[in-house]
Amino acid sequence: MPNKKGVEKLINKKGRRIDGRKFDELRPIKIDVGVLNKANGSAYIEWGKNKILVGVYGPREVHPRHLSKYDKALFRSRYHMAPFSVAERKSPAPSRREHELSKVIRECLEPTIFTELFPRTSIDVFIEVLQAEGGTRCAGITATSVALADAGIPIKDLVVACASGKIDGKIVLDLSDIEDQKGEADMPVAIIPRTGEITLLQMDGIFTQDEFEKALQISIEGCKKINAIQREAIKNKYLVEKASIEPEPEETVNEA
Amino acid sequence: MSENLGMVSKITQKRISELLKQDKRIDGRGLNDYRELKVEAGLIERAAGSALVTLGKTKVMVGVKIETGTPYPDTPDNGVLTVNVELVPLASPKFEPGPPKEDAIELARVVDRGIRESQALDLKKLCIVSGKKVFIIFVDIYALDFDGNLFDASTLASIAALKNAKMKDYVIKKDGELEYKANDISLPLQNYPVAISTAKIDDKLVVDPSLGEEIAADAAITVAIGKKGNICAIQKRKVGTFSVDEIIQIINLSKQKAKEIGAMFLKG
Repeated sequence: MPNKKGVEKLINKKGRRIDGRKFDELRPIKIDVGVLNKANGSAYIEWGKNKILVGVYGPREVHPRHLSKYDKALFRSRYHMAPFSVAERKSPAPSRREHELSKVIRECLEPTIFTELFPRTSIDVFIEVLQAEGGTRCAGITATSVALADAGIPIKDLVVACASGKIDGKIVLDLSDIEDQKGEADMPVAIIPRTGEITLLQMDGIFTQDEFEKALQISIEGCKKINAIQREAIKNKYLVEKASIEPEPEETVNEA
Repeated sequence: MSENLGMVSKITQKRISELLKQDKRIDGRGLNDYRELKVEAGLIERAAGSALVTLGKTKVMVGVKIETGTPYPDTPDNGVLTVNVELVPLASPKFEPGPPKEDAIELARVVDRGIRESQALDLKKLCIVSGKKVFIIFVDIYALDFDGNLFDASTLASIAALKNAKMKDYVIKKDGELEYKANDISLPLQNYPVAISTAKIDDKLVVDPSLGEEIAADAAITVAIGKKGNICAIQKRKVGTFSVDEIIQIINLSKQKAKEIGAMFLKG
């Protein structure tokens, strides 16, 4: 990470950002599906230097039982950061920020889940941020949606999230940690790509209306690109499984 | 993890939704009408500043206390702003004693963001000795009676209480200690953000949702508007979605409402 004091400008003369990106360029994103053994569904996402692991359990019996709903599944989510995920050790106890993020992430994903198919059960999502570099909630949402699909839970569509913001007066996509801290505004957005509905929208900083509309637009464009990566990740896992089910007979002979 | 909103019968919720089909609201308001709003400042003499906001039947009291303490290591030259919400059990059958839960934390953080990001308080002016000693401004939000839309009422009450707040004038001595003078000074306020909440019920947007409307709503959103109509904080809430067009419509309406409310209660 660049030294805070050494950074004067977030955008250089050539119009590139600190990490060399263009204004509307995403950090590299990689998603692995089905990485955990015990969870019903899971995903691991690397988004820039963000490393986030997501496990989905359920539909399963609700604990404590009195929380169960007679007409639909109870959907719960927990966003949590590892103590070693940030520069200074973070206490493992959930902070106010983590409480808030758990809530907005739950509310952002629930509209896509057919909870009515699993009354009296719970679907529990656990998001563990192993390393954070800005934009963890968006990465977490993006990976969680993939993990829900991996768990075989019926969903209307994948939810995909991406932030935009303002740094040095310019509207840019996918803010890194330092851009979030030093920049003028940060706006995480999540959409349901099939319908274009906005399912998460948060903002802090200062935007004029024009800047807001532009930022919303580039966030949505960014989301669409990430959605392609999500779909590819799920497809890849499916292909690997298909190959392992049908071993070629000749190979087994050779190995024996 | 309940929605922690309160109790409104299903039949009332159904009525709200049916009336909205004809663009009518259960309390007779138009879709873009705010409830009656009253701001009373300075009711609590023990607090540095205080305000009671009455929004329809919702009542929120905010008290501001000022202490000295150490700044955060990453902002050694800034005073500290701390916003906390207590959803006290007397305000609603759904509020329970105990440490703040998700809803209270979210509310506090959204109010905090509105104040912080609009730079309503000039935190630089609250520094006493860089890295060692600063003023800490505690904004404690107390929901006294809950009939919906705590977000707007709490933000307005917080700004009104900060505006009302007085502290003893001081000089900083060489050893960093404070010497207080006889006269009072106000806090360094430079922006007066106003939060406007809108709920979406079926496909209708209603501003300043009452409790029944908040419960019936699929989604809600709070937009804080600062100087020059700039947007300084947004939070979408509840399980539900908005289209891009709806968001733009909400931003426009929020700007208009924030201007009206700001002109009425926060100027001068």
